[in-house]
Amino acid sequence: MNTLEQEQILLKGLAGNDKNSIESIYRENYGTIQTFVLNNNGSVDDARDIFQEAMIVLFEKAGMDSFTLNCQIKTYLYSICRRLWLKRLQQLGKFSTQVENLEDITPVETDVEEHEKRNDDFILMEQAMSKIGEPCKSLLDAYYLQKKNMQELAIEFGYTNADNAKTQKYKCLVRLKKIFFAQYKNA
Amino acid sequence: MDDILLLEEVESYLRGEMTPEEKNLFERRRKNDAELDQLVVEHTYFLQGMETFGSIKTFKHSLTEVEAQLISEGLIGLTPLNGKAKIIFLWKKHKRNIAVAASIAGFISILASGILVTYTRKFGNENYRVLVDQLNKTNREVNKLKSKDAIENAGIEKPEVDFRATGFLIDGKGYLITNAHVISRMKNIYIENRKGDFYKAVALYSDKEVDLAILKITDTTFKAVGNLPFSIKKGNSELGEQFFTLGFPRNEIVYGEGYLSAESGSDGDSSAYQLNVSANPGNSGGPVINGKGEIIGIITAKDAKADGVVYAAKSRNILTLLDKLKKMDDQYQVIKTPNKTDLKKLDRVHQVKKMEEYVFMVVGN
Repeated sequence: MNTLEQEQILLKGLAGNDKNSIESIYRENYGTIQTFVLNNNGSVDDARDIFQEAMIVLFEKAGMDSFTLNCQIKTYLYSICRRLWLKRLQQLGKFSTQVENLEDITPVETDVEEHEKRNDDFILMEQAMSKIGEPCKSLLDAYYLQKKNMQELAIEFGYTNADNAKTQKYKCLVRLKKIFFAQYKNA
Repeated sequence: MDDILLLEEVESYLRGEMTPEEKNLFERRRKNDAELDQLVVEHTYFLQGMETFGSIKTFKHSLTEVEAQLISEGLIGLTPLNGKAKIIFLWKKHKRNIAVAASIAGFISILASGILVTYTRKFGNENYRVLVDQLNKTNREVNKLKSKDAIENAGIEKPEVDFRATGFLIDGKGYLITNAHVISRMKNIYIENRKGDFYKAVALYSDKEVDLAILKITDTTFKAVGNLPFSIKKGNSELGEQFFTLGFPRNEIVYGEGYLSAESGSDGDSSAYQLNVSANPGNSGGPVINGKGEIIGIITAKDAKADGVVYAAKSRNILTLLDKLKKMDDQYQVIKTPNKTDLKKLDRVHQVKKMEEYVFMVVGN
């Protein structure tokens, strides 16, 4: 098996949330990123944050139907991390010293921008979810995210029947939507 | 209710659960009804948002787990090889001979569990008991006996100690939190780890009002510890929140669990919580940790008369105290409290296993 095939398998695993794939990508790449961040005004914590975010970018990309990666995972992650770290430094106003090798090895600007848009949505959804309170939060989580069916929900949440659970779920959903779109307009 | 029925219809349409006739009908309605069309578009967008949210959340969870494992293996958190100090885990599991003496030690220290020093705080509640363990002679002898088990000693030679309480790291460079009343009894302060190594420590800041103190290990033999896996909660915790505690009511770390029973401490003290948990002399200064791995409080005292009524300083006081210390002396700007918890998704046993590496005995004379 050549490297390219191996990488495709890793990426498929990543998209499917497979821990072994995540772990091997971590082992393979984290060290380089940490060295880069530490050499450029950052701490180990910063490196961990940046690396996690880059992994999410890769995860998002790997899950897309149209996905192709035209360089090695290593190169891609490194470019993403550099872009993210540079942005972070600029935000902190710390960007006085020169960041090594500023030019991108592979152009990732659009990927990072797309990721940031999705990340904004993610935060909005997270905030909305935290505002609806219980049992709505758990109910929606169980139905839409854990994909449980109404019968299971009725049992788990103590509703007398599946129809009751359904009504309750829709009530919660209406509330969540209201909060989400209200924030959306403000953001 | 109409809204709900409509939503139900939209969802079943989006999921392709409609019969061809239903679908036809629905699409015709959609064409003629701009509002319905708008709802379909909006709901599609929203459901996609939920979908992405869910998958990223699950993925983040996996990332955290993998990261936690690599941290415990030492792959993450090590300073790269450029000559800087190597960070090792102080609590690296050590093959330790738990001799019979040690088990006797535990037994005796329950029996002889310290003479309580009564200590009336600002509130004047006569039943307010702080939880420092004053060691009597038997304890000390047992301590000595036990220390002979320690094969290698990293710290200083074992000091004679009269008091024992608990403390925990808030920065791997050797900064700890304990209670003000703990160190107010001690002329010399030592930190003892589970291997029986002692390190000299000094109090940098102490605040009697909230009953907290910041310590710094001054021994150069102390090796800094990597990233702490817990965080310190800034906000208030809610009534009924479940937590666990770790502390040294005996010469061995002891686990306890309970729930938050009131949002204020003794006599309405708003800087403290009332907890329902078992605590004994020696538990003072121990962390109170919620299920997410956030420190929510620090055990300070208990009510001598009421059963299971224990008081804990609220965690935000740690941060206030640190701010004061930093204002007082610029050199302490380097203290960085942990703000990310790696414990969120672990089960309790693993949470405790990780946590206990950062909880120490604070002893002194």
